[in-house]
Amino acid sequence: MKARSKATLIRGGRLVDPANRVDALRDVLLADGRVSAVNAPGKLDLAAKQLGAEILVARGCVVAPGLIDIHVHLREPGQGYKETIATGTRAAVAGGFTAVCCMPNTIPVNDSAEWTLWMQAPERDALAAVFPVAAATIGSLGETVTDYAQLKDAGAVAVSDDGKPILGDDVMRQCLVQAARVGMPVIQHAEDTRLTGGCSMNAGPLAFRLGLRGYSVEAEAGIVRRDLKLLEELDRKSKATAHLHVAHLSTAAALDEVRRAKKRGLRVTCEVAPHHFTLTDAAVGNYNTHAKMYPPLRAELDREAMIEGLLDGTVDCIATDHAPHAIHEKQEEFDRAPNGILGLETALGLTLRMLHGERGMSLVKTLSMLTSGPAAVMGWKDRGHLAKGARADVAVFAPDASWTYSAENGESRSRNTPFDGWKLPGRLRATVVSGVVTSV
Amino acid sequence: MAGKTTRQSGERAKLGGALDTQVSRAFSPGVVHPASVISVTRLTLDDVEQILELTTVLEREPVERRSKRLAHRRVALLFYESSTRTRTSFELAAKTLGAETTLVSALSSSIEKGESLKDTGLNLKALGAEAIVLRHPNSGSAQLLAEATGLPVLNAGDGMHEHPSQALLDLRTILSWKLGDKLLRGKVKVSDTTLRGVTVTICGDIFHSRVARSNALLLPRLGARVLLCGPPILLPEIAAELLPEKASGHIEVRRDFEECMRESDVLMMLRIQKERLQNLQLNLSEYVAEYQLGPGRLAEFAPKALVLHPGPMVRGLEITAEVADGAQSAILEQVTHGLSVRRALLVRALSAAKKVGSA
Repeated sequence: MKARSKATLIRGGRLVDPANRVDALRDVLLADGRVSAVNAPGKLDLAAKQLGAEILVARGCVVAPGLIDIHVHLREPGQGYKETIATGTRAAVAGGFTAVCCMPNTIPVNDSAEWTLWMQAPERDALAAVFPVAAATIGSLGETVTDYAQLKDAGAVAVSDDGKPILGDDVMRQCLVQAARVGMPVIQHAEDTRLTGGCSMNAGPLAFRLGLRGYSVEAEAGIVRRDLKLLEELDRKSKATAHLHVAHLSTAAALDEVRRAKKRGLRVTCEVAPHHFTLTDAAVGNYNTHAKMYPPLRAELDREAMIEGLLDGTVDCIATDHAPHAIHEKQEEFDRAPNGILGLETALGLTLRMLHGERGMSLVKTLSMLTSGPAAVMGWKDRGHLAKGARADVAVFAPDASWTYSAENGESRSRNTPFDGWKLPGRLRATVVSGVVTSV
Repeated sequence: MAGKTTRQSGERAKLGGALDTQVSRAFSPGVVHPASVISVTRLTLDDVEQILELTTVLEREPVERRSKRLAHRRVALLFYESSTRTRTSFELAAKTLGAETTLVSALSSSIEKGESLKDTGLNLKALGAEAIVLRHPNSGSAQLLAEATGLPVLNAGDGMHEHPSQALLDLRTILSWKLGDKLLRGKVKVSDTTLRGVTVTICGDIFHSRVARSNALLLPRLGARVLLCGPPILLPEIAAELLPEKASGHIEVRRDFEECMRESDVLMMLRIQKERLQNLQLNLSEYVAEYQLGPGRLAEFAPKALVLHPGPMVRGLEITAEVADGAQSAILEQVTHGLSVRRALLVRALSAAKKVGSA
């Protein structure tokens, strides 16, 4: 039995709804898990009263569609000591996210309808909507394509072997064809593992000085180039258009490939993680494992290119690649420590700071990268915006109020972040998931 | 409700049940004991001068007095990789200062059972170790151990990263050749001009060499001109970026060994690490033809240069027996200087105030 969500009037806020090109003072009335009305300040008071709606005062705050993160690792099944679906979605809500797509590199790998359903079961106690991304190949071994129709029926929204690339040309071609048939994107972790053996940070002067093997730009760009070639070949032959989505893009070279492919009309989308437009490989410093992730933090020109890509629209959305690891795992020798950092609780603050604050990107465009952008990549019609009838998923935050992120007091089960103690803009006031105010 | 509630880290209520994870207080990222020697980049030129002065003081000190310097002090030698020179050198250095040493090596310890470096270090500390000398196959391990234990850590080679005591002993060998007796009078001034006019060629597998990194990161700061020499596969162009900021000397990446020899005062030959060659497209006979230091080449192109090698040597590969045992070779002097320099590093580590500061 599901409790009926009560009505809420979000009143006095500045509605920033990128998909509907709204940036104005508007009240938003939520009822039955949907947006029931949007109107000028005060105009919904009567309707709200009739519904017995609670009032959420949003004066001085931005009222935005609930944020969407299409790339997170929730670690269940198998690694609940790092994160669970319950703790991971609490971190999501604490960061303003109302929907997340979780990657299949769990233990076991999510390559079946059973695990896809398990992840979405009420017993997981998720606070935000969870959309599994299923493995593109059985066991993510890159050999045999999984049953995409069955996975989609079970609730999968995309396929990926994230953490590993789909290396073989034939297998990748099959993945694209099969996914196109059922209308799902193939999310590629673009890493040529034939070039990255033993690597642990970006190839560059610091890696050389630290005696660490460098992950080259080409190891990413080469796979993106190959995938785009396959996409183009398929485009000419088949009727159903395949959709390639490049995960956590990190290099100027790979971004250029995507930019050119988009101009040629190929159906390719890409995401960039906040750490890749905020930090460079200098953050590795003296072997700081909290600055270790794949793809690695890059050079300044790559960081700058990520920002340019966000500004010029080549990048479709921001995704965090939230990757929790236990304390003891990150207190290992640098090249032995696992890849990945937390992302959900800092994404909004970092995005506001780097794009809106430092580069003067409008709030509408900045927030589109976390709302309408990811929704469009996934083909979602009723998420990522706040027109009447949309899901009652909302993030309310004070854009100029700063706050200090503390990993220790975070909601994630893990603490592996380079942003501990950072002062960030955009203090969150409330996150509303399906009409339920779950965070203040 | 929303307007009143602030979201501050310390007082923010948990959304769900409290998570009872605890942060390890023993671990201080980025903070190491100030008497640690992990990288030459974190030694000031004053530090280097003091270390060299202390080296000479200890060398000239009567054995009686020297052997009481570190009486009843405990030094752990933690060796995850095989080593002859470095291990024996540190061990003898500690013992001749009167310290108690214990050797822990990977094969005879709980390391084999999967104990982490952090835990191994904390256990050595709990057993009374006051300083740890570490040799380890992973770059950055000395930094990790220092952060985890708070003890002075002397890096005796961490992966491909650094081997700072080797660079210091190489520096002393070069200075001793340059200055002769003056070095023994303990009046060496280390500044950005100390090695002005001195050209040092480091030849061989620069990419995998922690010795090359430590030397390239140190010598140009004293004004030396360092020529890194080898084939591209062992020496990528990016190696030139090792040049420290504000260095008074410089670094060049070169391919022609004979040309380098002609310009050099010091030739430092590196071992070809055969175990790594399998994955590399390196033709050994071509390498020998181009880069081996043999007697004919030495006589023709660098008849006055000092020949160094950090060992272990592969005679007949990077260097021939005639040169290794020849008049220009200071390879065994390096070993002797190593013992002396390591004594100084140990005294420095154990006489520093026992407080942890930022490095």
